[in-house]
Amino acid sequence: MPQLTVNGSVHDVEAEPDTPLLWVLREQLGLTGTKFGCGIAVCGACTVHVGGVATRSCQLLIQDIAPEDEITTIEGLSPDRTHPVQQAWLEIDVPQCGYCQSGQIMAAAALLASNPSPTDEDIDAEMSNICRCGTYNRIRAGIKRASELL
Amino acid sequence: MTQHLTLSRRGFLASLAAGAFSLGFRIPTAAAQGAVPGTPELNAWVVIQPDDTVVIRVARIEMGQGTLTGLAQLVAEELDADWEKVTWEYPTPGQNVARDRVWGQFGTFGSQGIRASQQYVREGGAAARAMLLQAAAHRWGIEPATLTVLKGVISGPDGQTLRYGELAAEAAQLEVPEAVQLKDPATWTIAGKPLKRLDTVGKLDGSQVYAIDMKLPGMVNAAIRQSPVLGSTVASFDAASVTGMPGVRKVVQIDDNAIAVVADTWWRAKTALDALPIEWTESEHASLSMTDVHAMLDEGLRAEQAFVGNEAGDVQAAIEAAAQVVEAEYYFPWQHHATMEPMNATALVTADRCEVWVATQDAEAELAVASEASGLPIPQCEVYRLHLGGGFGRRASSHEFTRQAVLIAKEMPGTPVKLIWSREEDMIHGTFHPVTKARMVGALDDQGNLTGLHMRISGQSIAAALMPGMLDQGKDPFTFQGLNPDGEEGQFGYTVPNLLIDHAMRNPPVRPGFWRGVNNNQNAFYLESFMDELAHAAGRDPLEFRRSLMQDHPRHLAVLEAAADGIGWDTPPPEGVFRGLCQHMGYGSYVAAAAEVSVDDRGQLTIHRIVAATDPGTVVNPQQIEAQIDGSFAMGLSAALHGEITVEDGRIQQENFDTYPILTMLEMPAVESLIRPSGGFWGGVGEPTIFVAAPAVLNAIFAATGKRVRQLPLANHSLAN
Repeated sequence: MPQLTVNGSVHDVEAEPDTPLLWVLREQLGLTGTKFGCGIAVCGACTVHVGGVATRSCQLLIQDIAPEDEITTIEGLSPDRTHPVQQAWLEIDVPQCGYCQSGQIMAAAALLASNPSPTDEDIDAEMSNICRCGTYNRIRAGIKRASELL
Repeated sequence: MTQHLTLSRRGFLASLAAGAFSLGFRIPTAAAQGAVPGTPELNAWVVIQPDDTVVIRVARIEMGQGTLTGLAQLVAEELDADWEKVTWEYPTPGQNVARDRVWGQFGTFGSQGIRASQQYVREGGAAARAMLLQAAAHRWGIEPATLTVLKGVISGPDGQTLRYGELAAEAAQLEVPEAVQLKDPATWTIAGKPLKRLDTVGKLDGSQVYAIDMKLPGMVNAAIRQSPVLGSTVASFDAASVTGMPGVRKVVQIDDNAIAVVADTWWRAKTALDALPIEWTESEHASLSMTDVHAMLDEGLRAEQAFVGNEAGDVQAAIEAAAQVVEAEYYFPWQHHATMEPMNATALVTADRCEVWVATQDAEAELAVASEASGLPIPQCEVYRLHLGGGFGRRASSHEFTRQAVLIAKEMPGTPVKLIWSREEDMIHGTFHPVTKARMVGALDDQGNLTGLHMRISGQSIAAALMPGMLDQGKDPFTFQGLNPDGEEGQFGYTVPNLLIDHAMRNPPVRPGFWRGVNNNQNAFYLESFMDELAHAAGRDPLEFRRSLMQDHPRHLAVLEAAADGIGWDTPPPEGVFRGLCQHMGYGSYVAAAAEVSVDDRGQLTIHRIVAATDPGTVVNPQQIEAQIDGSFAMGLSAALHGEITVEDGRIQQENFDTYPILTMLEMPAVESLIRPSGGFWGGVGEPTIFVAAPAVLNAIFAATGKRVRQLPLANHSLAN
């Protein structure tokens, strides 16, 4: 039985090895904060961290993940919504419908982890997740604010 | 005591007499409504718990547009509640039916959430406040008029205080006043303020449950394939070939055009569905292509017969007498809503009950769908609402996902079934922004004045497809959004002495729907692009040219001037930067935008800056209006730059975000919002600004390149030198 390390815990997973991580998170582990958007790794709604790297989980098959790979989902980003990105998002009232925001927050957190003071160009280059409500300007402001809170 | 009560009540009513509004909406007492005993419900809108928590009932749905927070602000304002203690809940459509539609309209579309319910929700808050004051007055044996309220605490003349939570149970037993006086918006302290949304926290840690996240004990999951060719139906399918696959529980045909596979997980259902052989019937639309669609619309551009939407003078005579005639044809393609949350619904059907959990803009319509599909009467059905992962009109335009979920669940009584459309199903089976073209003919005199304008729209009617009862002798009045000669909803903003705006309805067999902004999108694109063409043909400044036609439309002009001032229209732009502007009115609000762009030698467009002005009459939450303005540019420019749904061989060609690209961070311009309420009316904010996104930028692109983009999207054109 495949094993995954998610948010610090090891889980035995009952799924075919070619199942995308997204659906294991949502349907086996009950972690529905990670969203299904497109299934082709374009929209970014399913973004999680694998070994700290922002990764689109809808195209990552569990057979390609080692049991020791650390997977972090939105539920595990912080225990109490105190990650600087979450704080900044709350302060700036970033979300509209909110459906893409788990992925946006995970992408932003990964960006800031590797680049604590991103420029506008860095943000443009790294933040390719789709937001259909159009919260991009507040996401940009949120990343800059989170950078100050780091 | 009885004597005192009577006097007290009379005194209370007298204090409200001056300028009081009658309650146009019935607000029965909790007892009369059959509310749960002990529930301190003051009326349908307000519940106050003993710990002072104020639960405001929200009938409209939240899909990102902020209506939930705005409506709660309006109720809390009239209630004089402590905003820190305000929370909310959605009543269900079943409760609405059972309570004689006490909450009115649940439908959330047409930018109506606030403007169409503000009166009765404010009355609900004010009535609850009056009852709480009355209850305090009873306790203290004094007149309510001597009391004051601050943040949910009532104070008497001798310094005594009572909290709302201490009084709610008593207040709930009182009669609801027949009339209440609403506050002057100038005195608001909660409404009108840039308060934070009430629904943000759950969107930061994954705890917000969307319909697609539903989990019920014993729930199974369904994936569906609907006929890929317009109008084709299921000919045959080989269920046996997949029933042995992991987790598969059932293969179900739904109506004549869809097959669903039910499995323990959605991924297993989808995997089996992908492996399932399905044969489809030949359809009469199997050869439909864009060539046919264009031919159909082009014919309409010159057809003799058309429905007239706005007419003045004699446009033909003006064109014949013109010193200069300007002509142009435009095209606005089908667009997809592409909500981030794909269509889905969860249903549980038993012999005598049908329950549905769904993201919808029209929960009462869903209730009717659930009843019809289950075969159970409405009182035995219920629909539970969850925040939408995007709506934009898609979830108001059709509800077949609910019908499908119920039909599957009916085959598995007692087992909850969650149906999720894949992105491909969602994309192919959309309800698309209608496809139209326009032929514009303008007459200029030798001074460059516009003496005549003929705007011929040819194309799809949403009403004809979705609500034929709204047609007026065949004419779709909604086609003329923003072009109407009068009215408060969407008035044409120019005075042109000889004018004809007409519509040749041509309906290709691709299902249209309401798409944020609806017909205003193409109408503003056509009219405001062409106004720019006319100004240039006349050798006049685009702002001055418009201004000369807008003297009888001061509110339209005011927002246009505000946007122009904001961009610095009268001062030269930076080197290599060019400007465009436009205005339009829709959903009761006046909007305008100005854009600054540059285009390099390779044709690469940069949108440096947008200034958007809006006059919604009354402002409920300015920071949420800013968010809606921002989002309107994201979605409007996504359509203008990239969006096009096409059909070939009877199939929708775009199946996912790789072929229907959405504007991303990289392309999102900075947007400066100028919120300029002129007072005295209530306009919408969720949609209006989207109309001006495309024309402002396209007019700036013309200024930069001399290239007039008349056929959207821009992606099909080169801006290179």
